[in-house]
Amino acid sequence: MGNQNPMRVCNLDLRVYVMSIFIDENICNGCRGLPEARCERICPGDLCYRKENMKAAIRDQSACWTCACCVKECPVQAIELRLPFQAYSNGASLKARLKRDRTIWTVWDAGGHQEEFIIQARRLKGD
Amino acid sequence: MGTMHIDADILIIGGGAAGCFAAVEIYKKSPNCRVVIMEKAHIERSGCLAMGLNAINAYLHSGQTPESYVSYVEREFEGVIRKDLVYTIAQGLNEVVKDVEEMGLPIEKTEDGTYKKRGKRSIRIFGERLKPILAEAVAKTGTQVLNRIVATNFIYDGDRICGAFGYGIRDGKFYVVSAKAVIVATGGASGIYIPNNPGEARHLMWYCPWNAGTGYAMGIRAGAEMTSFENRFIALRVKDVHAPTGTIAVGVHAKQINARGEDYLELYYKHLGGNKCLTQHRLLATVEEAKAGRGPCYLDTTTLNDADERRLKEDFLNMNPQIILLWASEGMDPRKKPVEIQGTEPFVVGGHCQAGYWIDKERRTTLKGLYAAGEVAGGAPKKYVSGTWVEARIAATTALEDIKGVSLEDVDGELIHTEKSRVLTPLTKKSGIFPSEVRERLQKIMDEYAGGISVNYALHEERLLEARRLLKCLKGRLKDMTAVNNYNLVEALECIDRVDVARVLVEHLICRKETRWACYQTRLDYPEKDDSRWLTFVNSIYHAETDEIKMVERPL
Repeated sequence: MGNQNPMRVCNLDLRVYVMSIFIDENICNGCRGLPEARCERICPGDLCYRKENMKAAIRDQSACWTCACCVKECPVQAIELRLPFQAYSNGASLKARLKRDRTIWTVWDAGGHQEEFIIQARRLKGD
Repeated sequence: MGTMHIDADILIIGGGAAGCFAAVEIYKKSPNCRVVIMEKAHIERSGCLAMGLNAINAYLHSGQTPESYVSYVEREFEGVIRKDLVYTIAQGLNEVVKDVEEMGLPIEKTEDGTYKKRGKRSIRIFGERLKPILAEAVAKTGTQVLNRIVATNFIYDGDRICGAFGYGIRDGKFYVVSAKAVIVATGGASGIYIPNNPGEARHLMWYCPWNAGTGYAMGIRAGAEMTSFENRFIALRVKDVHAPTGTIAVGVHAKQINARGEDYLELYYKHLGGNKCLTQHRLLATVEEAKAGRGPCYLDTTTLNDADERRLKEDFLNMNPQIILLWASEGMDPRKKPVEIQGTEPFVVGGHCQAGYWIDKERRTTLKGLYAAGEVAGGAPKKYVSGTWVEARIAATTALEDIKGVSLEDVDGELIHTEKSRVLTPLTKKSGIFPSEVRERLQKIMDEYAGGISVNYALHEERLLEARRLLKCLKGRLKDMTAVNNYNLVEALECIDRVDVARVLVEHLICRKETRWACYQTRLDYPEKDDSRWLTFVNSIYHAETDEIKMVERPL
């Protein structure tokens, strides 16, 4: 019951290319073996779910806060953050990788230029 | 559909900043106490802190005292604050920050090991993972965390609060959690007004969109006394992406300029204090500039150097990653184009402003057995995250003390049945009103008649009376809501909670017949601040039997 998507009354899959988060189905492995996909587990708005083909999806793009929790928690970096106003941000995107004590962010701008940030996220014993 | 019965000594509703800290505190003081956290999302990444945090804005640097902190908050809030609450918060600020640092939060330091001063009462943190760090601290205690359970109402026997009902979003089960004491820590309310981002970006807002004011609504329905809802909060934020302006203004000292490039605060608003004006006057000035045809307004980022720009981007990745995408868009480089700022829609919160439960110094609400901490607790503005932790500590300590000699009560079967059927009704309706329709109707009423963005936040009696009338109609229609799945049902429950909060808000706005807080509470029909009459708290108590909201005033 929780997996039904009331918004998906017709095939609106094209929309995933222009809004809030983009889940790359070629990379997503659905966190197979886990009771829930990680994005599904942690989305604060309960928006991510696992489809029958074991790929993650977002049920309502317009309900996304763009908090990037799923972007950060995805273990295979299948999810990237995009602005809802993608029409003018023109392809810019943001991905993240979590390490035990730091977060690594990669941003691509409209011209395809890439920038990386490595930021401490947790004190380890002895810090 | 099954019913789950769970017993606890202390039930904490909401596993956010306050809830997590309270659980850890209880464990420290009484490791055998049975604590249950009821959390709507998943405790690892839920609520306000889901996005992360880049600064702690309530901290006493060397030379500052609890007294100086209280004076600052009192000045910022035009004399109406609960000094006893703010004082007890100020006393505990530095200690709780140290505690969370020990849990694993990285904080910027100077060479001598003290926290580096970011602003007058502020320190810089690397808080992308603040929420997982708090959740990890909870995991080390014996706390039972009920994730994906949305609280629906308190269990109230007419004398004391003895637990709460919840709905399991994943398992579809109805939860009855009995407890000797309940700490409500659900956060404030977003989604009451039309948001400044429309349609497809409707949730791109300042406050967590899933903080639906449920904690307030549950208290309202049980008859708890509420305070200062009229002291709404409106943030001044980076346009479109709602990133905090303070990160730029305090972090790298960028100036506010208008469309002509003028330092407008200094040039036109000297009478309010120029660049040293109150937080709400920065917003007021920005709204006034737009009205005068000198908008939009900006933060001047064009003079940033490489190091500042990098630092700024790091800070935003820790808290509002969307702005990094905005700056990566075509023609949006902050070094070439200043950052546009604007006011958000109004929110009802007790952490930045002071809407919430009327509590005593020990954080007891007016209902026996119920304690409040964080954004749901009223009377203590500018508590921010660190103040929330202090409040959680105080509430936890009081609850532990008060439950001595209290025993668990059996929950009346009739109560369970009534609440279960109220909660599940939308799922049983084959046709009816969609939650999205209720949401849009509520937001439109509030925007137009109760001082939203479209009317520059201004209020007056005739419009407010119309809001009162329309909200009562809307409440009458809520029983016709329909939901096709669990996600939808949660949206429907949120609508019910938001309407209850909005109705109380409107009564508070009607009651205060003066203008106390610019933009947050501006009455066109009473444009002056009136200290002879209104240096007082406006409080309310809802009476369910008559569906009436009774207003009371409490002295400072």
